[in-house]
Amino acid sequence: METMSPLERVLRGLALTLVVVFFMFPIFWIFLMSFQTNETILAIPPSIVFSPTLSNYAALITGKLQTAAGTLDIAFMRNLGNSIFLSVASVAVALVLGVPAAYAFARHKFKGSEDIAFTLLSFRFAPPLLVLLPLTQYFQWLGLSNTYFGLIWVYQLICLPLILWIVRGYFEDISADVEYAYRIAGHSWFATFRKIALPLAGPGIAAAGLLAFIFAWNNFVFALVLASADKQPVTVGALAFVTSSGIQYGQIAAAIVLSVTPTLALALYAQRYLVEGLSLGAVKG
Amino acid sequence: MTTLQLKNIVKRYKSQTVLDDLTLDVADGERLVLFGPSGAGKTVLLRLVAGVIEPDEGRVLIGGEDMTDVDAEHRGVGMAFQNFALFPHMSAFDNIASPLTATRSSKEKIAAGVQKVAKLLKIDHVLTHHPKALSNGQKQRTALARALVGSPPLLLLDDPLRNVDAKLRFEMRLELPRLLAAQGATVVYVTQDYKEAMALGDRIAVMAAGRIRQVGTPQEIYNAPADIEIARLFGDPTINLLDVVPQRSGEGVFVELSNVRVRLADYDADVAGKECVLGLRPEAISFADAVAPGAIPVTVEAETPLNEKTVTLALTARGREILVSRPAGTPGPVAGPAHIAVNGTQAFLFDKTSGALLPRADLAAKRSGEAA
Repeated sequence: METMSPLERVLRGLALTLVVVFFMFPIFWIFLMSFQTNETILAIPPSIVFSPTLSNYAALITGKLQTAAGTLDIAFMRNLGNSIFLSVASVAVALVLGVPAAYAFARHKFKGSEDIAFTLLSFRFAPPLLVLLPLTQYFQWLGLSNTYFGLIWVYQLICLPLILWIVRGYFEDISADVEYAYRIAGHSWFATFRKIALPLAGPGIAAAGLLAFIFAWNNFVFALVLASADKQPVTVGALAFVTSSGIQYGQIAAAIVLSVTPTLALALYAQRYLVEGLSLGAVKG
Repeated sequence: MTTLQLKNIVKRYKSQTVLDDLTLDVADGERLVLFGPSGAGKTVLLRLVAGVIEPDEGRVLIGGEDMTDVDAEHRGVGMAFQNFALFPHMSAFDNIASPLTATRSSKEKIAAGVQKVAKLLKIDHVLTHHPKALSNGQKQRTALARALVGSPPLLLLDDPLRNVDAKLRFEMRLELPRLLAAQGATVVYVTQDYKEAMALGDRIAVMAAGRIRQVGTPQEIYNAPADIEIARLFGDPTINLLDVVPQRSGEGVFVELSNVRVRLADYDADVAGKECVLGLRPEAISFADAVAPGAIPVTVEAETPLNEKTVTLALTARGREILVSRPAGTPGPVAGPAHIAVNGTQAFLFDKTSGALLPRADLAAKRSGEAA
C-alpha cells in the first residue's frame, strides 16, 4: 500500500469508481423509477428531476393496479410472502439434509461416495427446462403440483447441491486432528460434529445458506410451471405488470425494489461472515 | 496404570504398507519412546492405539482388554498431538476441560481439575485466552494439560515438543519426566529427537519403514545399536563410520587405520576378512601425542564448541573425515597436524552388506569381569 505512487492511486480510484457505477447505477435508476409515474419514466429525454410519487408502492400494497383500461387485482404482496416462505423453507430443508451429508462426504471416503456427490452436483448442470416437462407429469400423478411441498422439493435441485459442495469444502478444511482430539477426550462422533465441526464450519455454512437463498429467491422457471397464482413467488408474479394496456414500469420498479430488499439486506448483514468464512483455512490449531 | 499390547499390526494406505506386522508390549507404568525418522509410521501407530485409525490386521490390547474395535471415546486414553490440535473456537479452559465434560462431572469438579493441571503446567493465567492468543509454548502446554487432566491410565504423546522453540524444548525435556512420573500413567511418547528419547524413555523402540528395528533401554541402544542406521540416528555428533576389513594377528582382531593397527578386543577372530563398517563414536577418539603407541596422524580442519563438549573435524592421511569429541575446556589442537588415538573397546563393527551389528564376543562376561 505504501509503495503506491500518486498516479497509481488516482487510477485505482478511477477504476473502483467505474466498477461501482457500473454495478450500482441500474439499482439506483430502478430506485428512482419506483417513485415515478409511467409518463415521467417514458418521457424523452429522461430526467432525474421529477416530483416523486408513492402511487406505485400504494398500488402494490393495496393490490389494486390502476390502468387506462380500469382497475386490476394484483397479488404482489402475496407473491412476496410466497417468495420469502419458499426460499426460507427450501434453504432450511437443504441445510438439514445437506450439512450432515457434506460432513459425511468430507470425512468418510466410502465406496461410491465421490459418485454420489458428483451426481448431486450434476443436478446443477442440467438445464431446468430439460427436467421440467417430466417433472410436471410426475407432480400431477403425485398430486404435488401447485403445493408448497412440491415447490420446496423441486427447489432442492437448486439449494442442496450448492450447500453440499460448499460446506463439504469447509468441513475438509478443518484439521482432522482437532476432531480426533475431541473424540479421544471421550465425546461421541455426534457430539464432535455438533461441538467442533459445526461451529468451525459455521461461517461457511452461513455463506452457503445465503447463496442458496439468493438462488432460490431468483428462481423463475420452476415456479412458473409448477405453481398457480396463489403459490407463485415475486419472480413469476412480476409478469402481472405486463397488462393489456401496457407495461407498468413504475410498479415493476417498485416491485423490484421491494423484492431485492430482503436479499440485499441479508447479503449486507452476512458480509462479515462471508469474509470470515473465506479466511477459515488460515486459523488452524 | 495399564499395559498396552500391539499384536501383529498391519496398516496399509492404498498399496503402501505403513505398519508391517508390528508387535510391541508396553509394561504397566512404563515410559516407552517410539523413536524413528519421519515416515516411519510412529504417528500412525499412536493414532491406532488412540482408536482414530483402524488397523487392517492385528489386535490392540489396552489393560489386557481387546480394544481393536472399540471407538476412540471409550478407550480412556489421553493424547497430545504434534500440531496441538486445540479447538480454535474454545478458550484454553474449555480446551483443557473437554475430557472432563465428556464424563458429565459437576462444574466445580471440572473447574478444580482444570485449575490443578493448569497450575502444574504454569498456564493458569491464560485460561480465558483462545488458542489464537496463546504463544506456541502456551499452546503446547494447553495441549498437554488437555491430555493429562482426565488422569488417563494410558497417555499418548505425539512429538509434543516438535513445534516449540529450542529453549522451551529444553525446559520441557527437564520438566516432563517429573510430570509424567507424577501422573503414574503408562506413556507412549513419539519423537524424532534422540536426546528426547534418551532423556524420557524407560525403553526406546526404534522404528523405521513401518517396523520396529530395536527395543531396549537408552543405554542398550546407545551401546549396542542393532544396525548402522540406528547408530547414525543415536548420537550427536554423528558416529564416525569407516569401511574396514578386520584382520587377525596373534593378539586378536585388529583394523588398520592410516596404516596404524587398532585392536578390537571385543571381537572374535571370525570377523577377520569380512567387509565391515567400523563405527566409532566421537567420544571414543581422543587426541594423543605423536609418540604414543597407536597414534594416528590427522589434520585438524575445524573446531565447534557445543556447550559441554568441543567437536573437532579432522582429516586422516587418506582424506577421510573424522569427528572427535572432548569435554569442553580440555586442551586440544586447533589447527594443523595432530594425532589421535582410538579406543578399540568402544568400537562397533557392522556387516557392510546387511548393516547389522556384528556380535561381540562374550560381551556380557567381559562386562561383569570389568565390574568385578
